[in-house]
Amino acid sequence: MEDKPKNETIVIFGATSAVAQKLAQLHAQAGDTLILVARNKDRLNTVASDLLTRGSPQVDCLTSDFDIIQDHPSLLKIIEEKSSNISKYYFFYGILPDQKECEASWEVTHKALMTNLLSVMSLLTNIANRIEKETNRGLIVVSSVAGDRGRQSNYIYGTSKGALTIFLQGLRNRLHKSNCTVTTIKPGFIDTPMTQDFKKGALWATPEKVAQDIYKAACKGKNEVYSPSFWMVIMLVIKNIPETIFKRLNL
Amino acid sequence: MNNYRSWAYIPPLEQKAVRPSWLDFKFEKDAKSLLPYGNARSYGDSCLNSEGLVIDNRSLDHFIEFDTEKGILRCESGTTFSDILALIVPQDWFLPVTPGTKFVTLGGTIANDVHGKNHHQDGSLGRHIRYFELKRSDGKKILCSPNENPEYFNATIGGLGLTGFISWAEIQLLKIPSAFIKVETTAFHGLDEFYELSEKANSKHRYSVAWLDCASGGKQFARGLFMSGDHANYDRKEKSAIREPKISIPFNFPQKVINRYTIRAFNALYFNKNKLVSAGKTTYQHYDSFFYPLDGIGNWNRIYGSQGFYQYQFVIPSSERSTMEHILNKIVDSGLGSFLAVLKEFGNLPSPGMLSFPRPGICLALDFANRGEITLKLIEELDQLVMEAGGAVYPAKDIRMSSKAFQQYFPNYEEFKTFIDPRFSSDFWRRVSGR
Ligand SMILES: Cc1cc2nc3c(=O)[nH]c(=O)nc-3n(C[C@H](O)[C@H](O)[C@H](O)COP(=O)(O)OP(=O)(O)OC[C@H]3O[C@@H](n4cnc5c(N)ncnc54)[C@H](O)[C@@H]3O)c2cc1C
Ligand SMILES: NC(=O)c1ccc[n+]([C@@H]2O[C@H](COP(=O)([O-])OP(=O)(O)OC[C@H]3O[C@@H](n4cnc5c(N)ncnc54)[C@H](OP(=O)(O)O)[C@@H]3O)[C@@H](O)[C@H]2O)c1
Repeated sequence: MEDKPKNETIVIFGATSAVAQKLAQLHAQAGDTLILVARNKDRLNTVASDLLTRGSPQVDCLTSDFDIIQDHPSLLKIIEEKSSNISKYYFFYGILPDQKECEASWEVTHKALMTNLLSVMSLLTNIANRIEKETNRGLIVVSSVAGDRGRQSNYIYGTSKGALTIFLQGLRNRLHKSNCTVTTIKPGFIDTPMTQDFKKGALWATPEKVAQDIYKAACKGKNEVYSPSFWMVIMLVIKNIPETIFKRLNL
Repeated sequence: MNNYRSWAYIPPLEQKAVRPSWLDFKFEKDAKSLLPYGNARSYGDSCLNSEGLVIDNRSLDHFIEFDTEKGILRCESGTTFSDILALIVPQDWFLPVTPGTKFVTLGGTIANDVHGKNHHQDGSLGRHIRYFELKRSDGKKILCSPNENPEYFNATIGGLGLTGFISWAEIQLLKIPSAFIKVETTAFHGLDEFYELSEKANSKHRYSVAWLDCASGGKQFARGLFMSGDHANYDRKEKSAIREPKISIPFNFPQKVINRYTIRAFNALYFNKNKLVSAGKTTYQHYDSFFYPLDGIGNWNRIYGSQGFYQYQFVIPSSERSTMEHILNKIVDSGLGSFLAVLKEFGNLPSPGMLSFPRPGICLALDFANRGEITLKLIEELDQLVMEAGGAVYPAKDIRMSSKAFQQYFPNYEEFKTFIDPRFSSDFWRRVSGR
């Protein structure tokens, strides 16, 4: 990748996600140093050995449950101590709550917003305040096509991702003058543990494919990227259905 | 779940599957029985378990450790040969044994104790496995090597996924000078010429294999191309005069056109074209085109249409020359023979595997389009001849052998049974064990 600087140091929040692992492999092959953050220590170690074997010169692991917001400042401090020259921060973690459970329980809804939205906002706000004075940093955050329009089958997940997308737009605008980029990734369906009980069809992408799209978008410092790209067309259509018709649809 | 089937598409029985991502996964309590599932490059039903659950290993694909000095690689069982090659070849290492496709998993290849074009020099894969961990349904994890729990080691190599789930394995790689193979190709006519070439080549070259025309009779009977190869010190960047042959296989035939005439024509074309291009010559081929010529043709298994096809692979002692001749004649006469058949002489290095298929002798592999009864009848007759000659048929390619045939081909059957995990079974196993 020509736009990519050599020997970068990057951080991945949610490094045990299926897509994050494939993305991390691309950085490992490029010889980058990795700081991995996730909540499960054994899984992190599995991922770290894999990435070291694939060519990363150094992989550091940190454990954290991102829902515990009060831990964020100390977590970021530890990360900063590991490296003073982090070029990219990736956000991969997330949960897909059951919509019916969300409707029945405010706690389930709140939990989804906490993991997918509030905790990401907290980390990003902290990081933004640190990198604002620096230049050429990239924030890459995985949102979802589900955030483009609310549908009865998953609108709590959709809300968390839609709000995240809007937050990222604002942050992008704010950090533009610092020459830092904010990249919003909007994947469609990906075959991962998150969706293991779904029936798979032609629209489904592999984690490898989405990771490649993310890697390219990150290296180019893109703004918003659909992955695979055909989702741009699908979502264009979906977004343009008038609400009076949309509300009658069984989506 | 969807898309769980085997390579030959016969019969597409519905499979239920789970796909764990981490080695600490738990076996499903409710399933009637369990079976590990790799990349489904087995042709028949040895990777299927319609009565219970298959455990898809493909998300268990983490590398664990690579000692680049000694060439020892440890990785999870779902890691594919394709991923392993991408890692090791740039560091001048190669797989000690590889089948004719790189889209296989380490766990799946151990369970079939796969062989390659170097069987006469290096034996089967099982000889190059240093360690693996076996996860049993009672919660035990058994570390296996030739010295630790050797009986489980031996039962699991070629153990058809029945002795438990291989979590990870450690494999001894082969040092290579470059990604290229120096290949010599020679045309032959008749089995006698093949035996002669094979005997000569096997003492000198690491790799040897022959393409055989199974469709032509008369003067063209048993003609073929014999290839021998060795890892070579070759730098592609040097624009040397040596060319790399590019032979494309016209596999995009419309399905209806696959019959005895097109198959004969194809074999003739392949033979003559290659004879012209490479026979009697030395070429340098990238490992991909030497070992994996079919991998470049996506879904070639679909050319036989929705009926699928049968693959038949057997080995008989080298001394049984007249049986081999007889079998070939039968195939040619039937007109059911396939595009390309592969002929290879196995060596006599023993495998640790109790149920290992490779053994000294001549091995033939070929496809038969599925024409229902007549195809099955032919294969049944071949089985009879293989049994009489004291040979064996390869379970990885099988969907129909009888329990009688299986138990004769694999004399360690009774001993092997004692190592089966009580919760593991397969469609193949229920058939050949007569349950
Ligand atoms: C084009 C082509 C060429 C081939 N050439 C050759 C060849 O030259 N030589 C040769 O020997 N074979 C050859 N084969 C067959 C192939 O190498 C074997 O069938 C191989 O075992 C397939 O591996 P897989 O990962 O696809 O496993 P599958 O086919 O999915 O499974 C094979 C067996 O492994 C078991 N298994 C899978 N994972 C595990 C695990 N984690 N723990 C325990 N058991 C497990 C399964 O239960 C099953 O019994 C070829 C196949 C094709 C399609
Ligand atoms: N799969 C899809 O179809 C799809 C589509 C669009 C967008 N996305 C988004 O893509 C991203 C990656 O998901 P994936 O598909 O790769 O699924 P995945 O493999 O299930 O990954 C989700 C990850 O989030 C982590 N996580 C969840 N809650 C956490 C918490 N409180 N603290 C720390 N880590 C937490 C999980 O950690 P553990 O490993 O410890 O459980 C897991 O690693 C997610 O943001 C998802 O919303 C997915």
